[in-house]
Amino acid sequence: MSLNGSTLIELGIGIMILMGTIFGSLSAIGFIRLPDVYNRAHALAKSSTLGVLFVLLGTFLFFLFVEDYFSIKLFLGIFFVFLTSPVSSHVICRSAYRARVPLAEASVRDDLKEVLEKT
Amino acid sequence: MIKGILFWVIFLSLCFSTLSILITIYRCLKGPTASDRVQALDVLGINIIAAVAVFSVFLRTTAFFEVILLIGILSFIGTIAFARFIERGIVIERQHSD
Repeated sequence: MSLNGSTLIELGIGIMILMGTIFGSLSAIGFIRLPDVYNRAHALAKSSTLGVLFVLLGTFLFFLFVEDYFSIKLFLGIFFVFLTSPVSSHVICRSAYRARVPLAEASVRDDLKEVLEKT
Repeated sequence: MIKGILFWVIFLSLCFSTLSILITIYRCLKGPTASDRVQALDVLGINIIAAVAVFSVFLRTTAFFEVILLIGILSFIGTIAFARFIERGIVIERQHSD
């Protein structure tokens, strides 16, 4: 097998997609090992979003360079996931705090509690 | 189908994607509170988006891009609805006119 230019481009895009899925599985490992809801949301909202953005960007570049196909649907998908994933994580954490899900035992400060009791 | 060394790279990334989906399903079954389960379902949707993207590179077809957009939108709306239900007990509030 000869490594010419297009094979190198395909291989680089493949490694980008592989890096995205490795980020996703690392955030999943954080999802089963961290102690409470808020820590788990912290692990998921950042690295899982970064992983899926890597994967979608790699797919977009694959179809742009290899097939000469500019997909506006995939571009919209990247934009939408980038916009909505932190918002949904924020809403889940807020509803968990309002439903009085307890913090982990190792946590030392709770600034939101005083503010909520004052109002 | 794709050929050569790219086949094995994409195959390995499909294996990692399957691993993260299985771990997320484990948390969704075990999770102590309802918020954990809602969060697990949200992340399950995001992992399925990534898996569909990898699979469309694997098959080298552009037919699945609508599925990516659609799963993204449905997962977001479902997460918002479940979070509102946990927070207030209802999903859609009724408007009281004076």
